[in-house]
Amino acid sequence: MSALEPSELDRPALARGRSAADADLRSVSAAIRRAEFGDRLRSLALAAPLLVLLALSFGIPIVLLLSRAVYDPTIAHALPQTSQALSGWSGSGLPDDAAFLALAADLRDNQARGTAYELAKSLNARLPGARSQVLKTVRQLEGAGGKPPLEVVKSVPFWSQPGTWTAIASGTHSVTSFYLLSALDLRWNAEGSIERVPPSQAIFLQVFLRTFLVAAAVTLATLILGFPLAYLIASAPKGLAAILIVAVLLPFWTSILVRTAAWTVLLQKFGLVNDLLLWLGFVDDRLDLMYSRIGLIIAMTHIQLPFTLLPIYSVMRTIPPSQMKAAYSLGAKPFTAFLRVYLPQVFPGVMAGCLLTFILCLGYYITPALIGGASDQLISNFIANYVNVELNWEMAAALSFILLVFTLALFGIFARILGLDRLKLV
Amino acid sequence: MATRPAGSAAPAPAADAAGFVEFTDVEKSYDGRAFAVTRLNLSVARGEFLTLLGPSGSGKTTTLNMLAGFERPTHGVITLEGRSVDRLPPYERNIGMVFQNYALFPHMTVEENVAFPLSVRKIDKADIAARVARVLDMVRLRQFGDRRPTQLSGGQQQRVALARALVFKPSLVLMDEPLGALDKKLREHMQLEIKQLHVMLGVTIVYVTHDQSEALTMSDRVAVFNNGGIAQLGSPDDLYNTPQSSFVASFIGENNTLAGKVERVIGKECRVALDGGGAITAHAVGVAEGAACHVAIRPERLGLAAGAQAGNRLAATVDGRIYLGDHQRLLARLENGQVLTVKVGPEATMANGEPVMVSCASGDCRAFPADAGTGGSMSKTTGE
Repeated sequence: MSALEPSELDRPALARGRSAADADLRSVSAAIRRAEFGDRLRSLALAAPLLVLLALSFGIPIVLLLSRAVYDPTIAHALPQTSQALSGWSGSGLPDDAAFLALAADLRDNQARGTAYELAKSLNARLPGARSQVLKTVRQLEGAGGKPPLEVVKSVPFWSQPGTWTAIASGTHSVTSFYLLSALDLRWNAEGSIERVPPSQAIFLQVFLRTFLVAAAVTLATLILGFPLAYLIASAPKGLAAILIVAVLLPFWTSILVRTAAWTVLLQKFGLVNDLLLWLGFVDDRLDLMYSRIGLIIAMTHIQLPFTLLPIYSVMRTIPPSQMKAAYSLGAKPFTAFLRVYLPQVFPGVMAGCLLTFILCLGYYITPALIGGASDQLISNFIANYVNVELNWEMAAALSFILLVFTLALFGIFARILGLDRLKLV
Repeated sequence: MATRPAGSAAPAPAADAAGFVEFTDVEKSYDGRAFAVTRLNLSVARGEFLTLLGPSGSGKTTTLNMLAGFERPTHGVITLEGRSVDRLPPYERNIGMVFQNYALFPHMTVEENVAFPLSVRKIDKADIAARVARVLDMVRLRQFGDRRPTQLSGGQQQRVALARALVFKPSLVLMDEPLGALDKKLREHMQLEIKQLHVMLGVTIVYVTHDQSEALTMSDRVAVFNNGGIAQLGSPDDLYNTPQSSFVASFIGENNTLAGKVERVIGKECRVALDGGGAITAHAVGVAEGAACHVAIRPERLGLAAGAQAGNRLAATVDGRIYLGDHQRLLARLENGQVLTVKVGPEATMANGEPVMVSCASGDCRAFPADAGTGGSMSKTTGE
């Protein structure tokens, strides 16, 4: 056979071998890079409008919003004199009278400017209950008549608590870790170290954990339902495959609100699912499917199924039937062939589908709000509440920031394990 | 089904002894009406290189798939080394298979691909490594062991597929158009390489192709498939020189076909009156007097020698000349309007319109019955 040495087959290997040794080749490749630079610049210019749009409508707003999690100048702006007076304060016990006087002056200025409520709200975010105390003091200062401001302020017990001044002092620094720590159920204690908040005030870690658990459960459910279906579609004859794909996509084309409402109809106490379960004799009493974790997971699974299924299907479709035939002919039993030949090849699709669903689930808002119970609210519901109801954008930004970091970390881990180029998102 | 000969359900003992692989009255239908394979009887000897040749849809791939175990015959028995494989799944048949698109596993390296059939057989690791190295040496790909299949050229991938199908020492290797995706030069090179492996290893090979030159180059015997059955089974020179039907005559190699009508049958020969005038004496292959027939003549059997008196002489005019380097093809229009291709030497210089005398021996002309274009088929489109 050596007489038939196919020189054309070994040529790439030879070229590679030479290039390592030959410095000339390297200068050639540098010249090629220079020559291609203009082309790269042109293609970048074509993408420029999109990049500018993305930066203006997506990048900058997100950065600005998220920056509110660590940058809150409200208190520093509202209490300039107090800030100055507190600059020499040791941080323990009560500050001297000058600070109380400066506070009284600042409060009066705020009342005159009409920013007293904003100040009260901002302080309240750091010190629950501060709002009413600030507004009370402002009112008393206004109606004090000839009473010296120092006495008025000192007559309110709130201002005699060291914790109050610690909060004000930390608030006068515009850059704050307060909201980010709060989002993780942490806080600065009087000794200047980070500690957990008392269990009665801790909520967010639990909500994050719940969000991740629900997302994981939904991802698993979509995978269990979606994988066999994707396989069926991928191996079905063309006509049937098209019908099945439409059946999968049909709910995908309906508004998420409509689908959620439909699940409300099905899952409610006197709804169809309960009727059916009773009729079949699976249950003796009607189940609380609505406003429960199980109902939430069912509805989210339905909505997310196409996101998990489609990447898996698109990868399965690229695997020729001869792969499995080859495995069989080489002596692999069906399960071995599936495990060692089929699964490794669809794995990137499975990962992509699961990642897509998991990340989308982390941001679910409407479905938990409508179908979940009070204890099934996910992190997005809390963020929405801070934005819409509490008007505490700093806290909303902090929670969003933590969620974003978690999500990116997760994506990073997957990309690291799998390699981004192998991640087949549709 | 009642008309089937008795005893066809079990292989005859005589056939058992003769054939390494034996197809007995095998039929395959996908929908119960049309048959992909009909009444197939085929015996493959141990160590033989047998090619199933035919146009697409002729049943050759279905036959191969039934042997591999991917399809089950609707009727009939297939035996391998005397044992029926009817109930044997593909992974227990111990048959190596090479696919047209190679079917290498893209997520494994070349070594892992070749080791796959051994590792599913739970063979000792050190033993696997030694056998993989040996078989990769055999296909001269040892240094590519840690590459992925996608990093190899088409010919190299096909050699990996060969190595993988041979490494577990199957006694039978099936190849389904394994060279179909390669360019002509590489294909010819791989044909020789496969043939050498066959000789070296003494393995039995059943090879499927639609390329007749490939079949003639490599095979010990060729089964020409048409319409779900074997039109003719024989050695390459049998098929080329003595085709038994006009289908085989036109499918194997190049052939001139003249339409006519049998006037007289005299012993092994017959006199054919050509459509549009003229007559020719030909070797009779199952033709009846008075029936329409096709006369097939190879271009290289036709001559322009004016002196030759024996055999057929047909007056014609030159209609064109194709220069092919080592020879030329002359298009000669007969007086009846039918055109013959004549293979002539590279030095011939005939102008268009020049009159020539085309001659050939009567033994080189073969007259077949002219039935429904394809001829000689065992077509059966409905069940009994």
